[in-house]
Amino acid sequence: MAFLGTYNYWIFITLMMIGLYIVIVRGNLVKKIIGLNIFQSSVFLFFISVGKVSDGTAPIILHDGGEAIYSNPLPHVLILTAIVVAVSTSALALALIVRIHESYGTLQEELIHEAERAP
Amino acid sequence: MVVAFAIIRRRSLIATAMLSSFFSLLMAGTFVLLDAVDVAFAEAAVGAGITTVLMLSALALTSSVEVQPLKSNWLALVLTIATAGVLFYGVSDLPAFGDAAAPAQRHVAPRYLEMAEFETGIPNVVTSVLASYRGFDTFGELTVVLTAGIGVMLLMTPGVRRRRNQKETDEDAT
Repeated sequence: MAFLGTYNYWIFITLMMIGLYIVIVRGNLVKKIIGLNIFQSSVFLFFISVGKVSDGTAPIILHDGGEAIYSNPLPHVLILTAIVVAVSTSALALALIVRIHESYGTLQEELIHEAERAP
Repeated sequence: MVVAFAIIRRRSLIATAMLSSFFSLLMAGTFVLLDAVDVAFAEAAVGAGITTVLMLSALALTSSVEVQPLKSNWLALVLTIATAGVLFYGVSDLPAFGDAAAPAQRHVAPRYLEMAEFETGIPNVVTSVLASYRGFDTFGELTVVLTAGIGVMLLMTPGVRRRRNQKETDEDAT
C-alpha cells in the first residue's frame, strides 16, 4: 500500500516527462515554451502536494474556537513566487520569439539553423 | 494529463495555446483540492489568463501553424523514460501523500501557523509569510518581474528597433 500512497509523485513525474518530451522533440519555439510551462507546473504540483496534510484545510486561521488541521503554508508561498517568476520568464521568451520570427521568418528550430549556416 | 498529451499532438498553435490555458485552469482546481487557495488564485489569474493573452499576442505577431510534421524521436523517448525511471526510484522513499509527520510538515511550518497571526495580525498565514517573514523573497521576485519587463520593453519597443535597423543600413552603405 505504501506504493499507492505516493501517487502524487507519479502524476508529477508523468507531467514533468511530458513537458521534457515536448521541449526535446518539438522544433517549434512556441511549443517549446508550452512544454516548459508544463514542466514548471509539474514542479508546482509537487511542492503543493508535499505541503498537503490529510484532512487539513487551507492555512487561514479560523476563529470558531475549535482546533483545525492546516496544510503547510510554506510551499504555497514559494509556489506563489514561482508562478509569477514563471510568467515573467515566459513573457521574456515570447518577446525573444517575436524578434526571432522578425529576423528569420520562421519559428522552426531546424529552419533557423539552416538560415544561420547559409551565407 | 490528457490535456498535456493533446498538447504534444496538436499542430495548430492557437489550439495549443487554448489547451495550455485549460491545463492551467485544471491545475488551479487541483490546487484548491490540495488546500492551496492562494496558489489557485494566482494560477487561474496568471497561468490561465495572462500567459494565454501573451501567448496569443505572440502568435498574432508570428505564424500560428507549425510546419514540421511530428516525427517520432526514439532518442528523446528513451531519454525521457530513463529520466522518469530515475525519478521514480528517487521518490520511492519519500513520505506518503498527506502524511502529517513528514519532515516538510515539522520544520518551520508549525511555528508560522501558531505565531503568524499573533506576530503580524493577518489571519491568512500564506499572506503573512509572503509579505512579512519572507519579504525579501518577494522583493527578489519583484526584481525578476522588473527585469523581465525591462527586457520585454527593450525587445519590443518600435523606436529601438527602427534605430537599430537604420544603423544597419548605414553600416551597409558605408
